[in-house]
Amino acid sequence: MGMNRSPLLELTGVTREYSGYRALDSVDFTLNSGEVHVLFGENGAGKSTLISIIAGALKANSGQIRFKGQPLRLSSVHHARKLGISAVFQEFSLVPELTVEENLFLGAEETRYGCLNRTAMHARATEVLARLGFQLRPDASTAFLSRAEQQMVEIAKAFRDDLSILILDEPTASLTERETRDLFSLVDHVKSQHVGIIYITHRMSEIRQIGDRITILRDGKFIDTVKADTSESELVRMMTGKVIDQIFPAIRFKPKKEVLKIRDLSTTDKSVIGASISVRSGEIVGIAGLVGSGKSEIARSCFGLIPKSAAEITFNGEEIGHLSPREILDRGLFYIPADRREEGLMMMRNARENIVLPALTTPGISSGMVLKRKAEKVRVKKLADRFNLQPSNPELDAGLFSGGNQQKIMLAKCQTRKVDLFIFDEPTVGVDVGTRTAIYEFIRDLCEMSGAAILLISSDLPEILHLTHRVYVMGGGYITAELEPDEIAEEKILKHFFRDGSVPQKASIEHDLN
Amino acid sequence: MSKIIHFLKLALVRLGVLPFLLLIAVAIFTFLSDNFLTGRNLINVVRQSTYLTLVSMGQMFALLTGGFDLSVGTILALTSVVGATSMAMAYAAMPDSAMLSILVGILAGGAAGTTIGIVNGIGISLLNVSPFMMSLGMASVGFGLALYLTGGTPVYGMPTEYGDIFGFGAIYGLPVPVVITMVLIIILYFILNWTPAGRYFYAVGGNIKAARLSGINTRLTLFSAYALCGLMAAIAGLLLTARLDTGEANIGATMPLESIAACVIAGVSLRGGIGRLENVVFGALFIGLVQNGMNLARIESYLQIVVIGVLLILAVVADQLRLRLVATMRN
Repeated sequence: MGMNRSPLLELTGVTREYSGYRALDSVDFTLNSGEVHVLFGENGAGKSTLISIIAGALKANSGQIRFKGQPLRLSSVHHARKLGISAVFQEFSLVPELTVEENLFLGAEETRYGCLNRTAMHARATEVLARLGFQLRPDASTAFLSRAEQQMVEIAKAFRDDLSILILDEPTASLTERETRDLFSLVDHVKSQHVGIIYITHRMSEIRQIGDRITILRDGKFIDTVKADTSESELVRMMTGKVIDQIFPAIRFKPKKEVLKIRDLSTTDKSVIGASISVRSGEIVGIAGLVGSGKSEIARSCFGLIPKSAAEITFNGEEIGHLSPREILDRGLFYIPADRREEGLMMMRNARENIVLPALTTPGISSGMVLKRKAEKVRVKKLADRFNLQPSNPELDAGLFSGGNQQKIMLAKCQTRKVDLFIFDEPTVGVDVGTRTAIYEFIRDLCEMSGAAILLISSDLPEILHLTHRVYVMGGGYITAELEPDEIAEEKILKHFFRDGSVPQKASIEHDLN
Repeated sequence: MSKIIHFLKLALVRLGVLPFLLLIAVAIFTFLSDNFLTGRNLINVVRQSTYLTLVSMGQMFALLTGGFDLSVGTILALTSVVGATSMAMAYAAMPDSAMLSILVGILAGGAAGTTIGIVNGIGISLLNVSPFMMSLGMASVGFGLALYLTGGTPVYGMPTEYGDIFGFGAIYGLPVPVVITMVLIIILYFILNWTPAGRYFYAVGGNIKAARLSGINTRLTLFSAYALCGLMAAIAGLLLTARLDTGEANIGATMPLESIAACVIAGVSLRGGIGRLENVVFGALFIGLVQNGMNLARIESYLQIVVIGVLLILAVVADQLRLRLVATMRN
């Protein structure tokens, strides 16, 4: 990287606040043309906010952005795209009802005499797809494309106009190994055309393969920009501010009787096929896998949220496959969902009502028909103190709390009634390091002191590696491996993320035929 | 000056738009008419507002769960027609037992109105029809039935005791409809604030998925909201029939708008999950107050309909401004 060249993009002191909370706190960032610059940090560290600002989706409250040496003030994503700054987010911005080429030109349709110029757009779409080497028909319907193909459309959209900066937000999260290789060769090709690439990933192997420099963010603050050959432990230390041992508590497992047994679980939407797992009290069982691998769907169908086509689910010796979430909850199985806003909390109601919601008919909170509002307040206050809820006022609306404290409210919910099996679905998404440690210690206490059975579903590999006693790995809806305590290692888990080459279990083949 | 503005802003954020609207309305109408701010007129306002209060409280349950009920007007009409017809028939069959025929009429009318609410509830909770389509469809069904049953003419022949007691009667100087409404306010307040079932309405509107994951029977809750809304509208229909002394298919046409307006002005969120019963009562009183004031100020009745519509929109706009104010104050 020559010092004589001015950087393609230069951010200095960029700050973004949300109602008093700094998502980005005076961050510096430079991007050179022809480099892959990895953004590294935990969930909630500010990566998304940063790329949203660069892509024009958000405005910074203060700080400067220079693009090709000139001060830059983006008014919209559209404006950014016109300048050649394009982002491919994890959430695709495609309209499923439209075709590939209609999506490519959405918002920038070519016209002649005020009418759509379909021939010109078709020609250009074909040209762009060919240049990128994508095997996609421009007139194909977007709704029927796979996730990888949809991602291709998103990338092609970025290449519609002259491209200077390409932002890729965890692009491999839902790709198979082969698709990932294709993507990497595309990235190499783009690099050679002097495009600067901002790349968000959690995976060490990807950083090694394609990264040039790494910028680490933590709690919205800029930590450092380092070369890609920096050691893994050093990166983790910078990312979390802690050495690994300080984040994850040591857990002593004393597995006793089997609490949950799932045999040959298949969902009607085929997100899970022929899965069998078992969880005992006093142990933490992990399910690892990529987005869309079916790891979350196992828990959801087991809790009665997704229809099953076949399964034997026994909980404490009782068949529960046909029960509703309410009945399952009454038997002592609690599912803590991943998405707080979508499924976890009533954001416009206060923390107190959220916390006691699962327990309104239990003897401590009501006499069946009438609420004991004093007892409710006392109970909630105790839980709020125990989880160190900040601000410590449970009468505030749930939506006013930070992500970490919202997560604490979710955890407090599952402490309002007797539970034998906790299913945590991504318990630390969008949570700061301090709260993470608190959540891990909470899970440890559940396991060690209360002897509860715990099923931990996570995309965060370190979480799986350091907290679990046994691990199931999932890929493409199948359980691809079961790892015993002495087998849990990063490479072993990663190897089983894809079903390529692995033979499905016999039982699941039979289900496929049904 | 800036201090006053700051105080007003704070009051707006804390209390919502309703107290301001009430103050403004009282000031304007006191200025326009000498008779407005008298004890007798205010009691009159309360009595006239009972019907809307009852319907608005029912509407609030539908709104709390994130929906609404456009069929409340029809429920009033059908209750009135069925109640009056069966009461008149029973009275004609047994002229000596007026009380028994009143009971028959109340049960028949109440059942007819509540059935609309129950059908709404089944469609919305079990068949996943949107509240908009379901209640709009039922509004047509109910109105058509009411017209069909009566041929469009008023129903006479109810025992005079019915009107004497439920329309014009008084207990310790308080009009009977007001007493009944007060009792229902207390019951509904208790349900909403002191029972698990009441919390569930807020939970279903607040986040139906979270409610389901917390073990709440969301279908039953949705169903109850519309059934309860139907029941409240049916009670309002019975009381209004007593006051009018006839069964009418044309009453209640303005109820859907007015009841939603009363709730929205009172700060009930159209997205569900937010709203307080006591405010809804004041919201309905406010609309009654405005209508009464406009009558005293001799504003033409057709123009009054315009004013109510404008008020509804203004209240929503004011509430949006309030939310923006909340957001800026937080920063």
